[in-house]
Amino acid sequence: MAPHRSDLWEREDTPPETTPAAPPVPPAPAADAVVLPAIKDAVASGVITGLLLLPLVGFRATESGSGPLTLTYRFGLVAVFALLVAGLRLVLNLTLWRPGRKIRDNRSAGLAALSAKVAPAARPAFFALALLYPLLAVTLSGGLSPSRYWVDLGIYILTYVMLGWGLNIVVGLAGLLDLGYVAFYAVGAYTFALLSTSVPLNAFFDAHVAEGFWASWSFFVCLPMAGILAALWGVILGFPVLRLRGDYLAIVTLAFGEIIRLVLINWVSLTNGGAGISSVPAITFFGVPFNGNDDGFAARFGLDYDSMHRMIFLYFIILGLAALTALVTIRLRKMPVGRAWEALREDEIACRSLGINTTLTKLTAFATGAMFGGFAGAFFAVRVRFVSPESFTFMESAVILAIVVLGGMGSQMGVAAAAILLIGGMEMLRNLSFLKASFLFGPDFDPSLYRMLIFGFAMVAVMVWRPRGLVANRMPTIFLKQRKAVSGALVKEGHG
Amino acid sequence: MDIFLQQLINGLTLGSIYGLIAIGYTMVFGIIGMVNFAHGDVFMVSAFIALICVLLLTTVVGISSIFLVLAITLVVAMAFTGLVSWAIERLAYRPLRGSFRLAPMISAIGMSIFLSNFVQVAQGPRNKPLPPMVPDVIVLMERDGYQVTLAYKQILIMAVTAGLLFGFWWLVQKTPLGRAQRACEQDRKMAALLGINVDRTISLTFVIGAALAAVAGVLYLMYYGVVNFADGFVPGVKAFTAAVLGGIGSLPGAVLGGLLIGLIETFWSAYFSIEYKDVAAFSILVVVLIFMPQGLLGRPEVEKV
Repeated sequence: MAPHRSDLWEREDTPPETTPAAPPVPPAPAADAVVLPAIKDAVASGVITGLLLLPLVGFRATESGSGPLTLTYRFGLVAVFALLVAGLRLVLNLTLWRPGRKIRDNRSAGLAALSAKVAPAARPAFFALALLYPLLAVTLSGGLSPSRYWVDLGIYILTYVMLGWGLNIVVGLAGLLDLGYVAFYAVGAYTFALLSTSVPLNAFFDAHVAEGFWASWSFFVCLPMAGILAALWGVILGFPVLRLRGDYLAIVTLAFGEIIRLVLINWVSLTNGGAGISSVPAITFFGVPFNGNDDGFAARFGLDYDSMHRMIFLYFIILGLAALTALVTIRLRKMPVGRAWEALREDEIACRSLGINTTLTKLTAFATGAMFGGFAGAFFAVRVRFVSPESFTFMESAVILAIVVLGGMGSQMGVAAAAILLIGGMEMLRNLSFLKASFLFGPDFDPSLYRMLIFGFAMVAVMVWRPRGLVANRMPTIFLKQRKAVSGALVKEGHG
Repeated sequence: MDIFLQQLINGLTLGSIYGLIAIGYTMVFGIIGMVNFAHGDVFMVSAFIALICVLLLTTVVGISSIFLVLAITLVVAMAFTGLVSWAIERLAYRPLRGSFRLAPMISAIGMSIFLSNFVQVAQGPRNKPLPPMVPDVIVLMERDGYQVTLAYKQILIMAVTAGLLFGFWWLVQKTPLGRAQRACEQDRKMAALLGINVDRTISLTFVIGAALAAVAGVLYLMYYGVVNFADGFVPGVKAFTAAVLGGIGSLPGAVLGGLLIGLIETFWSAYFSIEYKDVAAFSILVVVLIFMPQGLLGRPEVEKV
């Protein structure tokens, strides 16, 4: 056990990374004094790992048909893990964590310099790549149909980029931990699904405007409505709870998210319950349907009909929505309300003493974030053409939050990078078929099961090692003489 | 009246389990001011450890006395769950002490996801049923064919809970460890200056909270006879609701809140709608936090600059 160290003083202002390495480095201790404790520590951690894993990895309660559970044993696996941990600890103790080792401080500085060089180019490069992505996918995979998987993956990732950016407004800019963000996603999806499949509305527009009008135009009409309704829900839910302190707020938003999901499941007459709403109308090219008919998209534009046209159009829709989110956020950060958000994140009490209406400021952040969640929800409904409460569980909220946290709260590029890394990476997990080789994990091994396991682990690891996320530098939105990147370690955020 | 009595018994049983979990939330909150989001999953892990232990004792070792099996399981589950919680505090929370305020919370959410998925991967996603363990019941009264019954396992749950709470109260009020805990809760800095090992006290708080959750896990497994990797989330949130309702940071409050939540949930299911019972529990959480954040027995929180 570590000696009675640290943590006596709450070092809120100086997180561990930044405490200047002032104390002079003690002379390197004798080899015995290093090796012996290192071995002791390695053995101890190996034993602890073994004990931790023994009950749930060493034994497995296996179902055998309809009979009672039987136990199977995997002690070898526990031993492997324990030895791995012990070995790793030993190596680290002798190298990186060796007492008396000089700590090089220039590494992070070099990284910061590199990121400062790359940063100005990153945004246009990212946008250009996103714009050209369908073209790349089609050319590289050789044709429209083979590119379906890649375009679909692009849409999937961009949806999460957009959700991440939306939640970033709430968590990253205003410092309010929202664990129920998926509720607004659900509100948006259900708004579109319910309105577009509503029989009276269809009949009304058939009678008064044109046959099939509502089926082909409903997405474009419902998209803003989904956003507005989600924002309204944000205000309704946010108003009573925003005066709570940060972790209470998190729990209350979590509860609201669950309440909305449970209501969606149980209000069968409206939402069709757990079975969900199917046959949501497909997207049209501003009224022109994507089908093989004479008045379809392909015929009108003189192309050969291909179902991929719809996918590529969907891709550009979500790209446009994500870009809108980013642009609005960038603009808002420069406006008084955005500045107030960031000030609120840094110090709520100071804000109040400066006369900022904290409730109203929090409410705008909450509602703006919710609105983008609603847009993304409507897009989700038109893409999948099926909504059910299963899509809006707490895990979904946690994934979006993980994206924001890993990306570095408040950083747009970081969030985008984290979304690509996490969602794309997790999708790639499915393709790691070589892990199924018999000498590694065997044919029963399903890497995609480890998706959420890795998510959870990554959230903890990022908090412990890089609490400011992957992109830890902030460009100040306002400055006196020169614009200097501020290390994320110097700002303390999340005092919600 | 008879339905009422039956629901009262069921509610108190359920409430005992919630109360045991809620103590873990309230203790950790009291001492380091964080919501230990992973506590519900620690409870679920303990139920799985209990499942393995029961299987091991009944099928491999071949102990036939169910009470002996339960007693051994209780001790084993408490020990291993305490170890798990100790490791969690050490790896995921302690490095974050002194970081920004939401950091431990986010880490705890990550840990919660990690734990439930770890169990899913290690033990499989399906429900794990056990044969009924203590099936006997006492018929308290019978009218028009409706029996009010009190199961032995319900008596067992309430008795174990009451006994443990007494022991726990003694631990906090009468032992040096409890004194150290209360000192750390009041002022960590001052406690450290007076020679209390703060890190160790916090670790032990996590271990004790987890051990109580493990008791809840064993009782839960015995009562329902089935456990699933996702079972940590909803009982966890309900136990947190109980802790908040009773006044977070207050130990008698946690028990009172647990019993109340258990009663509200069973009565709601019996008299209103069983589909919305979770909605009822979540709504109580929201309403209490908004209108009565200090809870029933808690102290109002003063924000210091």
